[in-house]
Amino acid sequence: MADLTTNFAGIHSPNPFWLASAPPTNTGEQVMRAFDAGWGGAVWKTIGEPITNVSSRYSSIDWNAQRMMGLNNIELITDRPIETNLREIAEVKRRYPRHAVIASLMVESTREAWHEMVKRTEDAGADGLELNFGCPHGMSERGMGAAVGQVPEYTQRITEWVKEVARTPVLVKLTPNVTDIRVIARAARRAGADGLSAINTINSITGIDLESFSPRPNVDGKSSHGGYCGPAVKPIALNMVQQVMADIIDGPSIPLSGIGGIGNWQDAAEFLLLGCTSVQVCTAVMHYGYRIVQEMIDGLSNWMDANGFATLNDLRGKSLSKVTEWKNLNLNYKIVARIDEALCIGCQLCHIACWDGAHQCIHVDRVSGPVDGHVELHAQPREFGRERIVVTPIPRLDPPKAHVGPYATSLERIPRVDETECVGCNLCSLVCPVDECITMVEIPTGLAPESWAERSAAAECTTPRVSE
Amino acid sequence: MEFATSPEIAQCFPDLHPAMDARAAVVEANRCLNCFDAPCMGACPTHIDVPGFIRKIAAGNVSGSARTILDANVLGASCSRVCPVEVLCEGACVLHGKHQKPIEIGRLQRFATETFYDAGGRLALRQRDERTQRIACIGAGPASLACAAELRQQGFQVHVIDRRPLPGGLNTYGVAEYKLRAADSLREVEMVRGLGVEFETRDVDAASLEELEREYDAVFLGGGLGAMHRLEVADAHTAGAGIIDALKFIAAYKTGTPLSIGRRVVVIGAGNTAIDAACAAKRLGAETVTLVYRRQRENIPAFDFEYDHALREGVEFLWATLPTAITANDTGLVLTCVAVTQDANGHLTSQPGSEFTIECDAVVPAIGQSPLLELLSQVRGVTMQRGRVAIDRATGQTANPKYFAGGDCVNDGREVVDAVADGKRAALGIADWLLARMEEHSG
Repeated sequence: MADLTTNFAGIHSPNPFWLASAPPTNTGEQVMRAFDAGWGGAVWKTIGEPITNVSSRYSSIDWNAQRMMGLNNIELITDRPIETNLREIAEVKRRYPRHAVIASLMVESTREAWHEMVKRTEDAGADGLELNFGCPHGMSERGMGAAVGQVPEYTQRITEWVKEVARTPVLVKLTPNVTDIRVIARAARRAGADGLSAINTINSITGIDLESFSPRPNVDGKSSHGGYCGPAVKPIALNMVQQVMADIIDGPSIPLSGIGGIGNWQDAAEFLLLGCTSVQVCTAVMHYGYRIVQEMIDGLSNWMDANGFATLNDLRGKSLSKVTEWKNLNLNYKIVARIDEALCIGCQLCHIACWDGAHQCIHVDRVSGPVDGHVELHAQPREFGRERIVVTPIPRLDPPKAHVGPYATSLERIPRVDETECVGCNLCSLVCPVDECITMVEIPTGLAPESWAERSAAAECTTPRVSE
Repeated sequence: MEFATSPEIAQCFPDLHPAMDARAAVVEANRCLNCFDAPCMGACPTHIDVPGFIRKIAAGNVSGSARTILDANVLGASCSRVCPVEVLCEGACVLHGKHQKPIEIGRLQRFATETFYDAGGRLALRQRDERTQRIACIGAGPASLACAAELRQQGFQVHVIDRRPLPGGLNTYGVAEYKLRAADSLREVEMVRGLGVEFETRDVDAASLEELEREYDAVFLGGGLGAMHRLEVADAHTAGAGIIDALKFIAAYKTGTPLSIGRRVVVIGAGNTAIDAACAAKRLGAETVTLVYRRQRENIPAFDFEYDHALREGVEFLWATLPTAITANDTGLVLTCVAVTQDANGHLTSQPGSEFTIECDAVVPAIGQSPLLELLSQVRGVTMQRGRVAIDRATGQTANPKYFAGGDCVNDGREVVDAVADGKRAALGIADWLLARMEEHSG
């Protein structure tokens, strides 16, 4: 079995799966149950001067009858006294010395307040500190959280204050609610941060109740913007992780703990391939409980075994070199859609998607004969079904329906790709409900790879310059 | 029209398929792939926009969903319960090709239409301009109701005339109660009445037909089929009240006056009506119900799912058996049968010496209905083909241009949804014909 042990800037954990700073890490009792369930580390629910929360606090987006595709919260940091949290951290570390306990911290933006908080937390036995510069609601109105994380100078200054006294690794948690997350990451690196975590939640209003006209979550008829997380945010998080990990301005990259929509081992593997050293999970645990980590551990190690990765270092960042700017992509690479007639079920979603949403090259004309020729008529696609007189079939009275062609689906319902018109956009293969039915096949162009950057550079050389 | 099935009868006929609750409907609706030119829609005789109404359920727009259904099929609520969806929409679902369960279109349609009606939803009138032309629809069954509703939607004046006290035709009198309650059929009729269709109860004979022809601009023949074929066996007259025609038996229990059938019932025939009667007999307390059919299992006219259902209800089947005589004795009836063989051409031959008897309390023939030849042959200019009214399929027009026809009297007895489709097509045919005549006259 693959070795999942993790060393994040000196913070050791039996696996890369950490609980993010959130309700699942609110108390020592919870964190210990999580460790029993298999979690490798926990970032404690942010500690600071206790606050008063509102009710309700969460709202979510369902998608196609699936619950909680995205989750939003307006909960603040811990509502329990600092000493209670620190006492429980000490207790957890005493009982679980090999698991990682990272304290998430947020205090008022003075040097003294941060110095005191850091010292007390490290005295309690935390393995590391995560500076919560990301919380997008409530705390930011009081000059903390995202109010710090959105200004590179504040991020740098407070991180420097922390580093003046910290003996354990310091992580800066980045907010995605900025124009360019790299600018904040650079500020943290300049200040000497040992690691980063990203992303925090995204500013959001999940929806409006169409009867009361109040946004969700409802607090006595009103709401406030919240922080968005869950499966919906993963693509945004992956992009920001890639941006941070590929950025080398102001020094080499430092370890990153990936956060954002991770719910299974596949999600985790993607964050690791983009360079993360550990991953943090919240929404999936809030949905299903700590037990999901078992699937994550098992799935990741099976996949590592299958691919010959003995340790996490063997796979970390392997996809970074495969992300590039658009201008470096090969313009001479050509693929087209192929429909496997034997698998096609005749839903014609590829046809209508291509017709209305892409490039009008998937036709339903295998029986009626191709409609495109020198002049292609882009008329409204016809719905043949409505035009026919149909009766309930009675076997002894009605001949069985004509079935055309050798496939399970009658040929008249199997769309045809006009490969000369297909631009290889993928859309049909994305909407096709049958695995492997539509594949994108490479058509050799016989041309050497050429990117836009190369093409425009060549054009510049050959275009005579107008002298001034 | 107030009507409620008696609690004793209702208790015997709980819903065959449970209704869906809102959450289950949304989950099921979200399984729908939303096919383009969807095969389910093509397979529906009324071409309901199935992906369209399912998408509205998924989006929480249940009243919009119901209107989408009812626009295409004004009897969408009863069709959702009685349609043989296995051979129609659900049979055409592309998910079969993925070896997955088809979308439960019938139950979703029932969810949408019943939720809509339960919340007080009514059919909306599309056309506000009244037209003066008057159309008589003969028969108040599904074909006439669909024809009348569509004509009203276009502003025509419509009278529906039926000989029975309750409207709805076989939807009210002839569908197994566990599929569709008479009260639900009547609720649907009320929706059609709400559009401004007028209903009359009276017999239509040759004399009144002539009158109708004078008074109305067009006549729609939607009277369905006639009485059940008579059972041609020896000594049937001695059996008297023990022989109960299946349609009368079903109509009687559905309208609250069940006929006595005793403990041992024999049903003759193996069509869908025979199955309905056999299952009903079982539920009404018969200890044994034996269905006698002259051919083999694979030849039955009933749908396979109806046969399976009858097996689950405990109905027994006797294949290749032909009744030859019915006599009465002290304890009940004695049905004499003979075994028959069937050759490659389907010809049946009785096997000499194979006679046997079945003792029973009631014999229920369900051997098909005869056409309404007596009445229809009196309609001038309307031609018949093999007992059916001959029409132009697309418009429902008969050889006499003033007469249109649809439903069982033209298709020899198919499903409710076929009657609705016939009625709707005929309504469009009537409207086109009347408007064209109006233009001729004014031009």
